[in-house]
Amino acid sequence: MLVGQELLVPAPSTVVTTLVGLAGTAQFWQVVGWSLVRIGLGFVAGVVAGCAAAALTHGSRVADALLSPALRVVRAAPVASFVILALVWIPTGRLPVFIAFLMVVPVVWDNISQGLRQLDPQLLELADVFRLGWWEIVRRIRVPSLVPFLTTACATGMGLAWKSGVAAEVISRPYLSIGGELQNAKVYLDTPGVFSWTVVVVALSMLLEKLLRVLAARWNRRFGSAAPGSDPGSVGRPQREGALDAEL
Amino acid sequence: MPSFEQVDFAYAAGRLVLEGFSLELPDRGVVCLVGPSGCGKTTLLRLAAGLESPHAGRISGFQGRRAAMVFQEDRLLPWETTRQNATTTPSSDRATEWLVALGLGDSLDRRPGELSGGMARRVAIARALAAPHDLLLLDEPFSGLDEDTWRGAVQRILATEEGGLTLLVTHVLDQALAMGATVVRLQGLPLRVVGQPS
Repeated sequence: MLVGQELLVPAPSTVVTTLVGLAGTAQFWQVVGWSLVRIGLGFVAGVVAGCAAAALTHGSRVADALLSPALRVVRAAPVASFVILALVWIPTGRLPVFIAFLMVVPVVWDNISQGLRQLDPQLLELADVFRLGWWEIVRRIRVPSLVPFLTTACATGMGLAWKSGVAAEVISRPYLSIGGELQNAKVYLDTPGVFSWTVVVVALSMLLEKLLRVLAARWNRRFGSAAPGSDPGSVGRPQREGALDAEL
Repeated sequence: MPSFEQVDFAYAAGRLVLEGFSLELPDRGVVCLVGPSGCGKTTLLRLAAGLESPHAGRISGFQGRRAAMVFQEDRLLPWETTRQNATTTPSSDRATEWLVALGLGDSLDRRPGELSGGMARRVAIARALAAPHDLLLLDEPFSGLDEDTWRGAVQRILATEEGGLTLLVTHVLDQALAMGATVVRLQGLPLRVVGQPS
């Protein structure tokens, strides 16, 4: 009875045909392009703000007391609540940017904070003895130590930004957006359209993830450091207690 | 003269590493600290480097000095090349000279992960020697080096070190002799001097 009911579940061939049809239009590429721009913008801003927040909460107790609880709330709150709240005060075109930003900030903040906490005290002592200036410490020790944490944060954050950004587009429906097209397809009961756009979202998500992974691998190779949690080789991360005997 | 006067120090409460410890050191020359492992030699170097502060007593004669140190661990930055690791000043010339002198001329652009243990140790030595200093703190600097290598390094150090004070911690008496060091024998815990030539 359900066979032939394209309204419920379209045949894969129908989805492919719809996709091919879509991909042939200039508007399709504009839609994809604008969604990428919006979400990419939010992602980049989120990474920058997340790093800044981590530096602040790590460096100042006041900032930690003010920012950390807020960031934990943001991380725990559902995307939809934010979208609907933000709809009231943010123009529709910028809403997905803001939502992607909001999803990325706590992830980056969390990872970078962890990286800052795990910074090898032995290397800071080294800098102390050899009188490296604060900029040298940042450039040669702090930033490279954080690279593996940043790449992990970016990989997680990108996935979140993309999915939440498209969800925000569905609700706010900016002109030329994948989410808007999804919503349109739904409104016109164009199920093959819904499936096609979903395929586009999934495909782009995988593509972006792949891209980030390649970039991360290149960065990690450039800095020659291992992923967080693994042993970085010649520099250990001794606990205070264990280091005691070695220091005697 | 650099000296320790009645110094108390502990990492953890109730476990004094130094208790009323006193030692006078010469202004220049090599002093070798010999003693069983865990007796507090490294702590003494850390206090001299200013990495730890005494809980009681006085440490004087070190403050104005520029220290360079070979730590017990190599403490190389895994993301930097040999040349970058050995450089702690704006110019890398001296670092390169020392690396070449210690036989690492072929490995200037390699990273620590690609070096053997002995090579990494020599990078740590080159880093200390290339840094401007008049207080050289060497904590078992030649561990993991074969005899020819450390003897070669000692010769280079003796040829260039002048005017400053070098504190050497080692288990190998031959190394102290090769460095022409004044030997101070220590026991611990808590750390105390058991033998010092007049």
